[in-house]
Amino acid sequence: MTLDNTKQPTAARGDTADLAPVLALRGITKTFPGVRALGGVDLALYPGQVTALVGENGAGKSTLVKVLTGIYRPDAGDIVIDDTPTQFQTATDASDAGVTAIHQETVLFDDLTVAENIFLGHAPRTRWGLIDWGTMRTQATEILTRIGANLDPDATLRELGIANKHLVAIARALSVQARVVVMDEPTAALSRAEIEELYDLVDRLKSEGKAILFISHKFDEIFRIADRYTVFRDGEMVGAGMIADITENKLVEMMVGRPVGQVFPTRSTNIGDEILRVAGYSHPTEFADINFGLRRGEILGFYGLVGAGRSEFMQALFGVTKPSKGAIKIDGKIAIIRSPNEAIEQGIVYVPEDRGKQGAITDLPIFQNVTLPSLGRISGNGFLKMAEEFSLARKYTERLDLRAAALDQNVGNLSGGNQQKVVIAKWLATLPKVIILDEPTKGIDVGSKAAVHEFMAELANEGLSVIMVSSEIPEILGMSDRVIVMREGRIVDEYDREGLTPEKLVRAAAGYEESA
Amino acid sequence: MLKRLKSRETILLGAIIALIALVETRFSGFAAPGNLASIFNDTSILMILALGQMTVILTKCIDLSVASNLALTGMVVATINAAMPGMPVAVLILIAIALGMLMGAFNGVLVWLLDLPSIVVTLGTMTIYRGVIFLISDGAWINAHEMSDGFKALPRHVILGLPVLGWIAILVIALFVPLIMRTPMGRAFYAVGGNPHAAVYTGINVGRTRFNSFVLSGGLAGLCGYLWVSRYAVAYTDVAGGFELDVVAACVIGGISIAGGIGSVGGAVLGALFLGVIKNALPVAGISPFWQLAISGAAIIIAVAFNAQSERTKGRVILKSAETTS
Repeated sequence: MTLDNTKQPTAARGDTADLAPVLALRGITKTFPGVRALGGVDLALYPGQVTALVGENGAGKSTLVKVLTGIYRPDAGDIVIDDTPTQFQTATDASDAGVTAIHQETVLFDDLTVAENIFLGHAPRTRWGLIDWGTMRTQATEILTRIGANLDPDATLRELGIANKHLVAIARALSVQARVVVMDEPTAALSRAEIEELYDLVDRLKSEGKAILFISHKFDEIFRIADRYTVFRDGEMVGAGMIADITENKLVEMMVGRPVGQVFPTRSTNIGDEILRVAGYSHPTEFADINFGLRRGEILGFYGLVGAGRSEFMQALFGVTKPSKGAIKIDGKIAIIRSPNEAIEQGIVYVPEDRGKQGAITDLPIFQNVTLPSLGRISGNGFLKMAEEFSLARKYTERLDLRAAALDQNVGNLSGGNQQKVVIAKWLATLPKVIILDEPTKGIDVGSKAAVHEFMAELANEGLSVIMVSSEIPEILGMSDRVIVMREGRIVDEYDREGLTPEKLVRAAAGYEESA
Repeated sequence: MLKRLKSRETILLGAIIALIALVETRFSGFAAPGNLASIFNDTSILMILALGQMTVILTKCIDLSVASNLALTGMVVATINAAMPGMPVAVLILIAIALGMLMGAFNGVLVWLLDLPSIVVTLGTMTIYRGVIFLISDGAWINAHEMSDGFKALPRHVILGLPVLGWIAILVIALFVPLIMRTPMGRAFYAVGGNPHAAVYTGINVGRTRFNSFVLSGGLAGLCGYLWVSRYAVAYTDVAGGFELDVVAACVIGGISIAGGIGSVGGAVLGALFLGVIKNALPVAGISPFWQLAISGAAIIIAVAFNAQSERTKGRVILKSAETTS
């Protein structure tokens, strides 16, 4: 890595008094119906420096990336490039302004070659307007060498691993003369060695004077490569400065802050005997050695970073995927679950995270959606009993206070909140013992969140056991009787409600030991 | 949904009646009960196959092998009948249904266990089943004089003005209504096609449900194999060549969504009848068979455009006030 052939002077860490930002966001506000995702945030990116953007899930980081890359247009605020306020109307505007993004999962074309991916949309042309393959290949090789990537420009992308795909994405960024590179959790899917290579590459980009926005949950890498930090919480900027001037503890404190104005329902602490025991559940690639127990009327929170293997484990527990080993006991008896159908029969139900995709069947009427997992119970001699079907559907939709004109109305004609009620009614109608809620309040507004929490508490008070997978700390702290933290496919810690602090959770999930 | 489907079926029924009325004004006697019964009878096989195909399409799959399945079972039962004229027709019908189900099960297993796209599987088996006919017949025809009288007479036997062929179609329709509307399996067809991901989480085995639909479609194709060969009193390699497209067309015209999850027994039956009326009306009106094809094709596109329109209006409902008006 040579520093002297760069066009712009590279500032040493901490010495930025005389540097002007390449790009600055001023007072960016973005509101979605019912949710304010960003409330007047500021962010500055300096040439040759890495700015780490940290914050909990839902802090507004993804929204900010989308504003930066022209996918969302902010309701208020300016994007200032070289001291000139501007607006990104489209993604092309952002790309023309030199902003490029490398996402967690790269958005490239698997069946095109490396060179084609790098130059798609701005390929060098011959005099006749045709693609100049020779020049394209030479330039691709040039850029790849520059970033230290030893890739064949003629290889198709499908043949490459994720790390190499990232390299192609970076090469593409350089081919369009990017000045600002946004990296959204680029290491989330990489192995240890690949991560090291990525760090080298980030150093190289710095030396070329690129301004880098680096989004990460991992403290070790933030302190390894970032020069500056900006912390978001609940859509607001709560702190910014030089990495050299801050400690990890301080950063964690800023991230979690204090839960603001959220009130959780009170619960009767009437917890009964153990109803579910999971022993040694393992999967070849997704999780290993999961052990825990769940008691009647208990709400057990599962916390972890995205990709910690929580949903994957829950899917195995529900029989969607098969574990390689492990056993389950329900009410003290060994239970074998090989399919969702068997799980439902054993009294375990799973409300998936992606309710649009995995929840309701929108072309079917409400009553048919509600009774779908319970058809065995309402049929005799192989035929469904219509009267029983209607009364079952009515009972549970009324219980959830579903406001719909008629039960034979299509679910597709309902609003999002009511569709969700249909999905929950469907599961309650199976008379479960254990209900697994995967991110139950993701993407819904504050009012609906409170309603979901209320309802969850009510279920637990009635003796139903709840497993709640959540990435939102206030929700985990406010609702759970006990919290299990998962990291990289394993349970790393278990806490009782008493004495649990946000800091403890964040440290356990991020793998940062309390030593400093 | 029920309301919209009903209105869609009503429109189709209206179109069929209007078509019959139109032809009647120029060629009196077309709408006479005897002629209508004969049109219904002519369309029986198409209706039966369309019902089987409907269950497959409801699960987001397609069965292109039905016509080959029909031709192969037809050849097999005709061969058995020629060799053993004494075997009762009822046994032959059971053999035809069982053989058809077996071929359907082969499609279903490939789709279920190997997770192959159904269009590829049935495109392959369509050719395979057709090829097998040639292998067992050596390309020879089995003609009327080689078949027993009982074998040929059954579908033509007239009861209350309608041949047995037409009554069998009515029986299949009558069995299909409760099967689709009132059994867990029927419900599963809709769930699997409407949202396969959600169906998995609901405890429905998506692969097995698709397998069931292929077996059902295959069994009906087998039944039609006997009906076709006995009615026309001839079996040869190219029986019902290309008929699978008519079957799919009947489903599409009948409002069965090719994307799965939407459709009704009434729709499939009316879709088949619509094609049947066109096929019977155009020769009466002296329109060339080439125009018949063009008109059938236009009907398919109009039906699809109409269905796409009614599905599009659904969109996303965000406004509370829009919920009750739909």
